[in-house]
Amino acid sequence: MPILSPADQEYLRQVFVERLRDPITIQLFTQRVTQISIPGYECATCRETNQLLEEVAALSEKITLEMYDLLQEGVKAREAGVEEIPAIILKGHNKGTLRFIGVPAGYEFATLIEDIIDVSRGTTELSPLSRETLAKLAQPVHIKVFVTPT
Amino acid sequence: MMAIESEKVTADVIEVSEFPHIAQRYRIFAVPKVVINESLEFEGARPEAAFVAMVESVARAQAEPEQDSSA
Repeated sequence: MPILSPADQEYLRQVFVERLRDPITIQLFTQRVTQISIPGYECATCRETNQLLEEVAALSEKITLEMYDLLQEGVKAREAGVEEIPAIILKGHNKGTLRFIGVPAGYEFATLIEDIIDVSRGTTELSPLSRETLAKLAQPVHIKVFVTPT
Repeated sequence: MMAIESEKVTADVIEVSEFPHIAQRYRIFAVPKVVINESLEFEGARPEAAFVAMVESVARAQAEPEQDSSA
């Protein structure tokens, strides 16, 4: 049973056709559903996040989904700075690092789709002044935005 | 969007209801809540220019103690 309705799939397929420019990769650090569950290490939302991103990636040939198991591929997770799963990292024309931690449901799903488009195009709607300021930052900045799926 | 425009920016969107220990560590009582470099935090949305100015001020404040002349 798909998470995205046929109507939503069709809408997103059209959005991707019109707005995606270059290929992007979605790295998903997760827990594979076939894995034997270890008490204390269950991931409550990995199954639905895996399915949701598989459905999104299937809507455009420009989207590649790479799935990594946190336990089996721990070195890669550490290199990517992943401590919690599910964790989604977008790779495309972005200059910095863009991650979603937890299932991108509700309003965050719309944010994810917009970010996929921006990463594919390498452009944002930020003002020229904002872009100039960010390009000249003196030190690395780690912004954490805490949200809930409402 | 800031992380798309600058190699110096890492942006995490964290769905905090899944991670109670994170909610506790960062004392999340309202969302959205933003924490920049573990030093500056605010709740609620901000206009783009104000948000960027806060990011810039955090980066500048961290550069000054090291007297980074290359900035």
